[in-house]
Amino acid sequence: MLIRLAWNSLRSRRATVLLTLFTIALSTALLLGVQQVREQSRQNFMATVSGTDLIVGARAGPVQLLLYSLFHIGSATSNISWTGYQALAEDDRVAWTIPLSLGDSHRGYRVVGTRNLIFEHYRYGDDRALSFAQGEPLNDLFAVVLGAKVARQLGYQPGDELVIAHGTGNTSFMQHKQMPFTVSGILAPTGTPLDRTLLVSLEGLEAVHLGWRAGVPLPGLQVSAEQARQRDLAPRQVTAVLVGLKSRLQTFHLQRELNNRRDAPLTALLPGVVLQELWQVIGVAERALLVVSAAALLIGIAGMLALMLAAVAQRQHEVAVLRALGCSPLRIAGLLMLESLLLTLGGVILGLIVLQAGLAAAQTPLLEHFGLLIQPALPSSEQLFLCGLILTLGLLAGLLPSLQAWRLATASRLIRRY
Amino acid sequence: MTPILHAESLSFAWPGQPPLFQLPELILPAGEHLVITGPSGSGKTTLLNVLAGLQAGHSGHLSVAGEALSTLSSRALDRLRADRMGLLFQQFNLLPYLNLIDNVTLPCTLSSVRRDAVSRQGLAPAEAAERLLTRMQLDPALFYRRRVAELSIGQQQRVAAARALIGNPALILADEPTSALDPDNRDRFMALLRDELAACGSSLVMVSHDPALIRGFDHHLDLGALISC
Repeated sequence: MLIRLAWNSLRSRRATVLLTLFTIALSTALLLGVQQVREQSRQNFMATVSGTDLIVGARAGPVQLLLYSLFHIGSATSNISWTGYQALAEDDRVAWTIPLSLGDSHRGYRVVGTRNLIFEHYRYGDDRALSFAQGEPLNDLFAVVLGAKVARQLGYQPGDELVIAHGTGNTSFMQHKQMPFTVSGILAPTGTPLDRTLLVSLEGLEAVHLGWRAGVPLPGLQVSAEQARQRDLAPRQVTAVLVGLKSRLQTFHLQRELNNRRDAPLTALLPGVVLQELWQVIGVAERALLVVSAAALLIGIAGMLALMLAAVAQRQHEVAVLRALGCSPLRIAGLLMLESLLLTLGGVILGLIVLQAGLAAAQTPLLEHFGLLIQPALPSSEQLFLCGLILTLGLLAGLLPSLQAWRLATASRLIRRY
Repeated sequence: MTPILHAESLSFAWPGQPPLFQLPELILPAGEHLVITGPSGSGKTTLLNVLAGLQAGHSGHLSVAGEALSTLSSRALDRLRADRMGLLFQQFNLLPYLNLIDNVTLPCTLSSVRRDAVSRQGLAPAEAAERLLTRMQLDPALFYRRRVAELSIGQQQRVAAARALIGNPALILADEPTSALDPDNRDRFMALLRDELAACGSSLVMVSHDPALIRGFDHHLDLGALISC
């Protein structure tokens, strides 16, 4: 009976109720959306690389090594020699290695020298491998695979030719013009720094630097692409190596061994640990989002309260009639609380639907344009907590009219007081 | 037979003020009708509220349907009102979001005593409501229409009367139920109300300042006269 009265009463105030419902739904969607973006951007960040047990580079600070090897920010002060790399790759405990060689760029995007191994072993996110939107892996000395953003921004298709520049600036005067690269494939978007990267073979990088010494071309030593193909292109050094181990148990052991090596000073780091350290630094943005979401919650709840309080005045007459009919104040309070519970619950559910539908719709544009991998997901425990918080606040908002009804009941004089 | 209303040296005063009214004795036998008159401010509505158990704080003895009000908890007072009383206001008696039938059957949903009284007549609450509304000369086409607001005030008062009467409560309390009606409608309303009261044997206590209504009541209490005494 109570629920039928509550339902009918809500129906009769359709306009206000819908407005309240949308206010609650929107603030729920906003709050949970911000929460989801926070959680997933952190997860994405932490999942920039997954499945890699160690990142090895020349002796450097771990954060610095991580920044230049994974995020291509800054540059290495020294490299690992090719023999050092080979020794590591042939270690019994090592399952696979991905060599990375940095230092060149193309119109502001980093060029990374590597092996086709990267398409086989590199994992990001939830153990995802790289996949090709178009084309195929590196198939030639002068082949290049483009990250999704590079291809989209610069409008390259497989088969197009491009020239890489020496150094990492946006405009470089020293271009490897004599040896253009051909696009062999384009990667699907990943939401990782690889989207902004051009991948070439280590030998290709070696080839374009033939006739160079200490970062400048030697006059009169121009080498053509055809000549380059005839030369010994064995790489001389790599910048960093991603290492996968046969057994995770050996990670710490190998890390300590590499870090303590005296002959060739190396730094080996656990990506998860250093990513966590780095996040603590750049997590300021995340905390800013937290503030935004708290503000969203406050505004939403304030709007809901305002609408519910406006309804109190409308409803004094209703309360008076029910009291006169012998409905106890407790029951009237129950009725009003039930109504606001129905309203808030409806709003929260609507908000969840709006949020997930919105995320499902925005997922592809977000990934393609902002490199943000935000997916629809079942509510996390934090989001469920927020839903509970909204429901509680909604119930509290219902408490106000209930108290009003109570006051009316004790102040009596109902017969002529409405 | 216990009188439906029994008051002895009943008085009521707002805190810090002289008594609003003092009744040496008031006895209303079951089934009889009482009209209360008096100038504005003489405490007519307050007396009605006291009788309904909505206004606490009277002194003296007051029992309704054999129950001494001052001994009842507020919960028991609500119960007594739901079970034994029907209330009629000047206007705005109805819940605008329920249809006519749902409005009339509200007392049955709130009180099992009223519900049982209806089923003793062999009727479901909705059937009893339909019968009462028909007797109140309302068009059956209106019964399940949602918007009470589309009814005239005269029609609304008749729906309210049907609601007060459903389940044969012992006492109907009415606060100037005809003040918003023109004389024709007023007389029609009172005639219908009287017929129904006679049919179910309920008592009526009505507040009015309309001298034309005083005729036809068994008892007359003039609060103005009491004060001047």
